Amino acid sequence: MATQSSSYQVDGLIAEDIDAYLALHQNKSLLRFITCGSVDDGKSTLIGRLLYDSKMIFEDQLASLEADSKRVGTQGQEIDFALLVDGLAAEREQGITIDVAYRFFATEKRKFIVADTPGHEQYTRNMVTGASTADCAVILIDGRKGVLTQTRRHSYLAHLIGIRHIILAVNKMDLVDYDESRFDEIVADYREFATSIGIKEFTAIPLSGLAGDNIASKSEETPWYDGPTLIEHLETIELDSDRDQAKPFRMPVQWVNRPNLDFRGFAGVIASGTLRPGDPVRVLPSGRTSTVARIVTMDGDRDVAVAEESVTVTLADEIDCSRGDVIAAADAPPQTADQFQATIVWMDADEMLPGRAYWMKMGTRTVSATVQEPKHAVDMNSLAELSVKTLGLNDIGVCEVYTDRDIAFEPYEENHDLGGFILIDKMTNATVAAGMLDFALRRSQNVHWQAVDVTREAHASIKNQKPCVLWFTGLSGSGKSTIANLVEKKLHVMGRHTFLLDGDNIRHGLNRDLGFTDADRIENIRRIGDVAKLMADAGLIVLTAFISPFRAERDMVRAILPEGEFMEVFINTPLEVAEGRDTKGLYAKARQGKLKNFTGIDSPYEPPENPDIEVDTTKMSAEDAAEAIVQRVLGR
Amino acid sequence: MNDTTTAGAAEGTRHLTHLQRLESESIHILREVVAETEKPVMLYSVGKDSAVMLHLAKKAFYPSPPPFPLMHVDTTWKFQDMYRLRDRAAAEAGMELIVHQNPEAKARGINPFDHGGLHTDMWKTEGLKQALNEHGFDAAFGGARRDEEKSRAKERVFSFRSATHRWDPKSQRPELWRLYNARKAKGESIRVFPLSNWTELDIWQYILAENIEIVPLYLAAPRPTVVRDGLVLMVDDDRFPLKEGEEPVERSIRFRTLGCYPLTGAVESTASTLSEVIQEMLLTTTSERQGRAIDHDQAASMEKKKQEGYF
Repeated sequence: MATQSSSYQVDGLIAEDIDAYLALHQNKSLLRFITCGSVDDGKSTLIGRLLYDSKMIFEDQLASLEADSKRVGTQGQEIDFALLVDGLAAEREQGITIDVAYRFFATEKRKFIVADTPGHEQYTRNMVTGASTADCAVILIDGRKGVLTQTRRHSYLAHLIGIRHIILAVNKMDLVDYDESRFDEIVADYREFATSIGIKEFTAIPLSGLAGDNIASKSEETPWYDGPTLIEHLETIELDSDRDQAKPFRMPVQWVNRPNLDFRGFAGVIASGTLRPGDPVRVLPSGRTSTVARIVTMDGDRDVAVAEESVTVTLADEIDCSRGDVIAAADAPPQTADQFQATIVWMDADEMLPGRAYWMKMGTRTVSATVQEPKHAVDMNSLAELSVKTLGLNDIGVCEVYTDRDIAFEPYEENHDLGGFILIDKMTNATVAAGMLDFALRRSQNVHWQAVDVTREAHASIKNQKPCVLWFTGLSGSGKSTIANLVEKKLHVMGRHTFLLDGDNIRHGLNRDLGFTDADRIENIRRIGDVAKLMADAGLIVLTAFISPFRAERDMVRAILPEGEFMEVFINTPLEVAEGRDTKGLYAKARQGKLKNFTGIDSPYEPPENPDIEVDTTKMSAEDAAEAIVQRVLGR
Repeated sequence: MNDTTTAGAAEGTRHLTHLQRLESESIHILREVVAETEKPVMLYSVGKDSAVMLHLAKKAFYPSPPPFPLMHVDTTWKFQDMYRLRDRAAAEAGMELIVHQNPEAKARGINPFDHGGLHTDMWKTEGLKQALNEHGFDAAFGGARRDEEKSRAKERVFSFRSATHRWDPKSQRPELWRLYNARKAKGESIRVFPLSNWTELDIWQYILAENIEIVPLYLAAPRPTVVRDGLVLMVDDDRFPLKEGEEPVERSIRFRTLGCYPLTGAVESTASTLSEVIQEMLLTTTSERQGRAIDHDQAASMEKKKQEGYF
């Protein structure tokens, strides 16, 4: 059974010409792969076999392996390779692998790092962890059992985490008499499933970890199989890092190297692309541009550096750039955004709290982020979408994620460094989730921030005033426009630079495409809020007069403005009073059912809980109200 | 940039070697710790792994010197050659060197000849905890590799220790992509292993490729030895108590791993150059740790020591 199959290393060369051997091995590449399968698929045996055949097992380990095999092994008097890789004491007793373990072996062409990931149901988090750095996944199937639920789950996870190379290792072929039709049947089954979840290609290999068939050398037992052996295939798979070199340049800044005033280097790992001195680059999210001056190393300056390399870069200009920023190709920068759709794998025993702020670490940037209620979760047995309120340990779901500031990002499938993130509990510091950004929620985020030299402070100071947004809210007919208009006139007379955004006027122009559904009302306010913010950035005192019925949207506008610049003015007029005035005849129409979704009639109004200014129009004249508001604005 | 990228592709992809990839990963880990922790330190044992780790630190922060001190948790029983290289290497790197010797072990005269397991426990395990507490380091780099031993294969790169320095294999944080979570509560610390994914062969190849200075004891030379319990021990200084009738014999030996000289077994060898050492290593059939007396007792002994706070 456990025949000593051919070694991967050329022992002869080691003995005869060690320098030639070393020269040969100095230029090996590195491939990381994961192995997944259920407990009994023979995964540990396969890994043990790979280590054994590549001579990564020494004589003393072998002696203890032989002794252990007889004592606790499952192979009678034969060597139990599984014992080589089952590590922690508790696991040994249970006879299962419960964590991610990393193993190493090498062939003539490559060094391999194997993430040994568990087949046990509750350990999705470990498999995702092991898979996150892998170029390739080896999915084991017991030739007697075929495609199982477990197989589907592992394949789904491997695909989800973006592994492009899937090897279907149909193991234990010795136990099905190396039957070609059995192999074909399993491959057909798997192909049907794989196609359904979007796996475009995979390589199926019939093998036996125990007997060594089709692992290092072609098995005589499977003359009908003309594909590569497992090792041959692993040696030729294209590396993700090679592929990333052709993409545009991106490097998250990890550390700023400042030994003295004359040197300012930006250290980090190149996430994608190729970099040369002289290349124009853009720093995100600020948007400032410069060119690469030097690529500095201890062994002298480099004229090129590529994806996966840790480098230190200096720029031609003194521009702001610090840890967490991304240096990118100037003409092909990544997007920046603060709202995303993401796929989240929950990894903590405490379930996710939608709306709770977690630390989100992506690239070298850590920001505060909230996760919204899942759009759906994935049932790991059927892979069907489930409607859920939250995510628990080992759950996978699609959620919206809001960050507290703009971050440079790319969809995960394009760039794992700029799209893969972890969530950290702010209290326990535990890593509670892993996530993959799918896309930014707002298409407008495709636009990059253009850095400006005249700042909002400069705009304001030339006007000799403190900008603010006076946000008037209240029912239709409450007197918002009247009072706002008076306030503006007073400020104008006093030489203040103001602008009044009025509901009806905006609806004729900027927002003429919007109606009065809840969704359109939210969008209406969002646009107005952004316009108001731009005007405040320009140094203006902005007045807005919109019903703006929902608290959440008013709070959203408050959040995008600097502290203290949003002043909520609640024009408090009871519905009966406003309806009694009915200056535009709208209430009458609404009552007759000719106007749908009218605030106060068939659409709710949420009054402010803590307005900055409140005006009761049943007790105060418009003129007095305007004067009081002007005093508040100038008294700031 | 697009043009440059296209040009790059036309010239062909630059394939990074496994050593370049390992180097880059280690440098990333070193920088990440400096960026995210308050007071890191590099544990420096003067062995070949330490030599590689120190070399990587120099590269990671060049042209700055590595922004943390080196710390040697000394047992007073290391080889004399190790002390010599230690002091010189720290000075050349422009780094502060902290040497910690457990004062209690010193006072009680704990030594490997008379005290067995207590020697390792007091000088190393306790000594390390003392030194970390005394200086208030919140992160400590160590040169351990996952290929050394089965329980290490599962340890994280960032390994969290409670305020009492215990390691709980059940509550380690998942490590995805290149993202390491270095957040911790006051009093907690992290042991960080930048060489996690290196194998013994990688270490040797890198030492050769980068011309890194190592303790001469790794290369074979005639040295005074005695044989005890199957281990070839070097009589490194006159503290070595010779048994009656025992006479040091000169043998051509080298060491695959360096610790306290009375606990470290040598191999008989004539490999006096690095490539000869690698050659022997590749042809040899015993694993690296066999030369160390400490983890022979039981299969799970390393795991036990780790839970107690041994590095």
